[in-house]
Amino acid sequence: NFIRLASAHLTSVSRSLWMAFLPSSVSTEPHKLLATGDKGGRVVIFQREPESKNEPYNQGEYNVYSTFQSHEPEFDYLKSLEIEEKIKKIQWLPQQNAAHSLLSTNDKTIKLWKITERDKRPEGYNLKDEEGKLKDLSTVTSLQVPVLKPMDLMVEVTPRRISANGHTYHVNSISVNSDCETYMSADDLRINLWHLAITDRSFNIVGIKPANMEDLTEVITASEFHPHHCNLFVYNSSKGSLRLCDMRLYEEPEDPSNRSFFSEIISSVSDVKFSHSGRYMLTRDYLTVKVWDLNMETKPVETYQVHDYLRNKLCSLYENDCIFDKFECAWNGSDSVIMTGVYNNFFRMFDRNTKRDVTLEASRESSKRRAILKPRRVCVGGKRRKDDISVDSLDFTKKILHTAWHPTENIIAIAATNNLYIFQDKVNSEMH
Amino acid sequence: MGEEEGLHQTQLLDTMFVRGLKRKCFDGEEDIEGTLAGIKAIPSYNLQRQSLLDMSLVKLQLCHMLVEPNLCRSVLIANTVRQIQEEMTQDGTWQMINTQSTGQASLDRLVSTDILCRSSREQAEGKHVPGYSTFNKDFEGDQAQDSSETMSTVSSVQAPRNLQSNVWEMENPQENKGNFQKSLDQIFETLENKSPNSVEDLFSEVDNSYYDLDTMLTGMMSNTKMGHCDGLETFSSPTATASNSNCKSDLNELDHIVEILVES
Repeated sequence: NFIRLASAHLTSVSRSLWMAFLPSSVSTEPHKLLATGDKGGRVVIFQREPESKNEPYNQGEYNVYSTFQSHEPEFDYLKSLEIEEKIKKIQWLPQQNAAHSLLSTNDKTIKLWKITERDKRPEGYNLKDEEGKLKDLSTVTSLQVPVLKPMDLMVEVTPRRISANGHTYHVNSISVNSDCETYMSADDLRINLWHLAITDRSFNIVGIKPANMEDLTEVITASEFHPHHCNLFVYNSSKGSLRLCDMRLYEEPEDPSNRSFFSEIISSVSDVKFSHSGRYMLTRDYLTVKVWDLNMETKPVETYQVHDYLRNKLCSLYENDCIFDKFECAWNGSDSVIMTGVYNNFFRMFDRNTKRDVTLEASRESSKRRAILKPRRVCVGGKRRKDDISVDSLDFTKKILHTAWHPTENIIAIAATNNLYIFQDKVNSEMH
Repeated sequence: MGEEEGLHQTQLLDTMFVRGLKRKCFDGEEDIEGTLAGIKAIPSYNLQRQSLLDMSLVKLQLCHMLVEPNLCRSVLIANTVRQIQEEMTQDGTWQMINTQSTGQASLDRLVSTDILCRSSREQAEGKHVPGYSTFNKDFEGDQAQDSSETMSTVSSVQAPRNLQSNVWEMENPQENKGNFQKSLDQIFETLENKSPNSVEDLFSEVDNSYYDLDTMLTGMMSNTKMGHCDGLETFSSPTATASNSNCKSDLNELDHIVEILVES
């Protein structure tokens, strides 16, 4: 049996506080607020009165807690269109201190408001009178400590952030992330990710605008963050479908001691491959291959140096453009060995279990048909064995950019300039 | 460019950068003076860094002359340029005293790179534009020789070169530096995927040009605070006395890069 507690003409109502507000440690009584937004750009917040102890079965009524003008009409001079002040959506932020915060948006501009209460004021100043005027010092005969006395509740609302110019089309939803740091806003064709503290830029995370607007058949109608997983969000489309998105970012922090003008270029990833198990990702950058665990975004779980002897030659390699070469990488069928190409028609394999690696060559001279490939070595000065290649005599025009490993057997395909080589592991032809 | 010379120079650069940068990092916590002292201890670090800047700018120009520039490569090179510029700003070598004492050898070097920078239109007009800057006050004649060998040498010189030989005084270096920074930022902005703004509606038919440098530069710029053409054109014609030698020359390089991008 529902009874009416309040009624008003509203266009946008945010009930998240109503539903989710739990007794906080700050106040002893449950504090329930309902925020509403109307066509005139006003936000009205209702507060539920505490239940009366005398009549425990009477629910507390909702009364107006605060009213403020959130948005005003604007004019877009570029398009000669008026931007309505009508409030499209409101979202409360999770409460982190005594103040409340909410986001309100019209078609274009998103605003963050802070709502604070004041129910006490200090009285008994020594130098000021009740009205705040300075006292005549000769009348002061004794000193007193100002005390806080209750006053009528005053609710103050202040704008804290204004995020404008983020949307070409009309905003239809905003959603705050469970990380309490970011939020997203969706219009008909795009979804942007914002940081609550930064208003002058946002990241575009979804875009469904076709190259030709005449081909437009679908628009975004709503979007929301997952309540617990801060990397997941969902958006709906006008065709009735839902799309779940994962925003996880895998990034290794840069080592400041190794920083050079070439750091960014050599960290650029040229290839990424999921492991067959789906648990790992393999990335290739200029000097290393790295294994990432899907469950760990902060750094790779394994890093292998592919040709570290080139680290001192980066400027030369920048000059001859070799530093921009994009090498691929590959897993074997059981995800125990990873492979990638290098220069001089060499390619490298790394065994993740034994931590051993080998360098092999793909060329007609070095491998007769059915002959076993001999391991090669690049020497960096110091002791040089027979058949070693010195770094300075590497042929940088002979690069093995493309390599592939058979999904189940130990057969590999190597592309070296104009030639394709296929090798097989005779001893261990099955995966293990 | 002689291959051997180029190789020698870049081999030097390799060792310089490995040593010089580690030392710089070590000195990074100290004040500017300490850092400069550290750099001076490797006398040609600044010159080598300048070489890297020159090399990068040439690469940028050349790659945009291709029909289909490799966007990844362009972005990485452009970021390298920005990094160098930021470091130069931090250690104070950005602010240069005038280097007119270098004499004829330096002018030749400037002229030879100048020709590389000019668009054909400007060469026809005989418009003078300064070439790569001589940032480095440690700049010496023989080192100039090394560098000039790496650039194509041109014997004919346009008449207005005299303007270039004027005393280029530092006027308001902070402002010029700021404008250079803004111009560079605007170039880089086009290479980043920023969130769309209302200008895009005007180009809604050709939105895939978002990834096309040419259209990005011509289309997006009109909505930024300072139109890049405005900013760069301010510095494109040298005035007699109120011109900033080295910041301006880099601005003119950008000017050329932008022009090449727009015209291609």
